[in-house]
Amino acid sequence: MIVRLRQPKREITVDGAHTVNQLLDQLDLNRESFLVIRNGTLVPGDGRLQPDDTIEVRPVISGG
Amino acid sequence: MTYSKCRVCRQPAIIDLPRHNANFCAEHLLQLCRRQVEKAIHDHEMLATDDKILVAVSGGKDSLAVWDILIELGYQADGLYIGLGIGEYSDVSLDYAQTFADERGLQLITIDLRGEYGYDVPTAAKVTKRVPCSACGLSKRHLFDKAALDGGYDVVVTGHNLDDEAAVLFGNTLRWDIEYLARQYPVLPARDGFPKKVKPLIRLTEREMAAWCIVRGIDYQVEECPMALGNKHLAYKAALNAIERQSPGSKSAFYLNFVDKMAPLLAGLNQAAAGDLRDCETCGAPTTGEVCAFCRLQERVSGNHPVPVELVLNKKARKAYLAAQAVGE
Ligand code: SF4
Ligand SMILES: [Zn+2]
Ligand SMILES: [Zn+2]
Repeated sequence: MIVRLRQPKREITVDGAHTVNQLLDQLDLNRESFLVIRNGTLVPGDGRLQPDDTIEVRPVISGG
Repeated sequence: MTYSKCRVCRQPAIIDLPRHNANFCAEHLLQLCRRQVEKAIHDHEMLATDDKILVAVSGGKDSLAVWDILIELGYQADGLYIGLGIGEYSDVSLDYAQTFADERGLQLITIDLRGEYGYDVPTAAKVTKRVPCSACGLSKRHLFDKAALDGGYDVVVTGHNLDDEAAVLFGNTLRWDIEYLARQYPVLPARDGFPKKVKPLIRLTEREMAAWCIVRGIDYQVEECPMALGNKHLAYKAALNAIERQSPGSKSAFYLNFVDKMAPLLAGLNQAAAGDLRDCETCGAPTTGEVCAFCRLQERVSGNHPVPVELVLNKKARKAYLAAQAVGE
């Protein structure tokens, strides 16, 4: 699946993650610090991901 | 596709909130956020129903969310955006803030530091040889106070959330900075020349605020201020979230119990620390000296040629900034 990351904006391809939590673990990202969005909708931790999905992994932490 | 169900209605969930040990659908996530804001406002007597409110708006998720929630709850609130002159970051942030206001028919006041005061944050940082956040924070505080008093607002609202406050508390506690700890309270009462200031989002996390914006279809500045990269505040947040991951609820216990149990013990110290104030000779704002810190900063830095953002970043931030510019093209 295609994963869009932010800060800065970039795109990577990820294989083998079946749920949101698996994806975040695979990318070594803390679940507290990110949200996952598919087609404009939030997907919860146990939400299933499909190989042809395009998803955004959005950081929610700001330092200002 | 989703197994988890909303705690309230049993419909498919869109978010898991480990600190509540529950999942929520869109509608009930919004309900939870509204109720937490109402509770904060009520518990700390932040706002009265007929208050004229000024929201400090940055274009980021927290300030747009708090503005949105207050309007939903029936409050009357205008926004104030300050153009800090931090390159593209500032331009884009203003677009988000303006679009949000226009779409809802809300009033956004804008102040441009360079246009109206002859300097911007990067230039101030370069000239004063201090970190950008110091000139930035000073300018924002002064201009919010001034705008609130000039505009006849009863109270200034900021979008500081639970993570922000917990991170500040963590830093203050690591140093046992009693003076700062005594001042760390979600309500600052008005006192001669300073407006009342409140933080209605203290019971909500950054993740919940970002979720609020996504569910409500609010576009906001997701990118980070380039000056913030690699700062201590972010390191404290990461440390707290590492703990939160292991032990959900730690962050809110740390901060909210401080507010309930510790802050009252420190309150006396706070009053003792408030020194004598007089009017700034230049602008009339309350100050302990003859001329206030803002006027001294402006005097020193205005009229200087603008300094580009990358010149005032620390090494780590500059690397990240230049990489981001390259991808952005
Ligand atoms: S990170 Fe620093 S420079 Fe950037 S907006 Fe926040 S206070 Fe200002
Ligand atoms: Zn529900
Ligand atoms: Zn002054």
